[in-house]
Amino acid sequence: MSARFQTGDRVTIAARAAERHHRVPAYVKGHTGVIERVCLAQVQPERAAYHDPGEPRQTVYRVRVDQRDLWSDYAGALGDVLEIEIFEHWLETA
Amino acid sequence: MPPADHSHPHSFQDDHPEPETYHQLLGLALHEVLVDKGIYTIDELRSKVAGIEGITPETHGAQVVARAWVDSEFKEALLNDGYAAIKSMNLNPGYAEITILENTPDVHNVVVCTLCSCYPRSLLGRPPAWYKSKSYRARVVRDPRSVLTEFGTSIPDDQDVRVHDSTAELRYLVLPMRPEGTDEWKQSDLARLVTRDSMIGVARATAPDAL
Repeated sequence: MSARFQTGDRVTIAARAAERHHRVPAYVKGHTGVIERVCLAQVQPERAAYHDPGEPRQTVYRVRVDQRDLWSDYAGALGDVLEIEIFEHWLETA
Repeated sequence: MPPADHSHPHSFQDDHPEPETYHQLLGLALHEVLVDKGIYTIDELRSKVAGIEGITPETHGAQVVARAWVDSEFKEALLNDGYAAIKSMNLNPGYAEITILENTPDVHNVVVCTLCSCYPRSLLGRPPAWYKSKSYRARVVRDPRSVLTEFGTSIPDDQDVRVHDSTAELRYLVLPMRPEGTDEWKQSDLARLVTRDSMIGVARATAPDAL
């Protein structure tokens, strides 16, 4: 499948709640970052965890988020960042 | 509990303790059912476990790093496509994508899996207990500099810290900086400076005078 986002795009990680298995930790939900790189498409974990093939595959992106955006009291360097893998269906254009 | 006349071995590894918790017992029961049904044999399982334990940071990850330190063409290929470069060394990358994180004077990288314990097992073997601990997983994303200091790795203010949360399908290996004073060293000696912790990113490579 073709990737919806490109390196450098600003994206927001969906703030969606999901009660069942998913691979987006709560601490990044709702935060905005930049696509660091586009990775391979992978099966959707929300479905693959429950005897479903998890198709169609979703492109995975590495998203870079400023630590100061994640934690308001972050005391490290201005350039400190977190990078995390997020599936395309969890990303929105920022 | 199994009946008293149950004749199966209770553990497939001699050094395993007796299961104590519900989930340990459940795992063992599943194992016994799968063996009974002939899905796999105990010998097959033993050989699988031996294979996993045959992967160590010294024999795998450190060889990749030391090669990158002495071979700039290989290093470029490694940073560009970790999977292909690792495969070219006749090592099994183990995962569809391996991302190599290069430490520089400007950037220090450290890896965590906040959701569970994703780890580049094909290069470093089994993860250490602290990597799987809730404390490391929660704190290294929240306050990485303090956690690194606790590992004896204080990061200067002018070096950015990049935390990599390994939550999906990728695996990460930190390429630590080559220690100073090793210009004349050959690859096999350099590999001795590359520790497991330096490839997770909680430490630097060992300094030559600390060997």
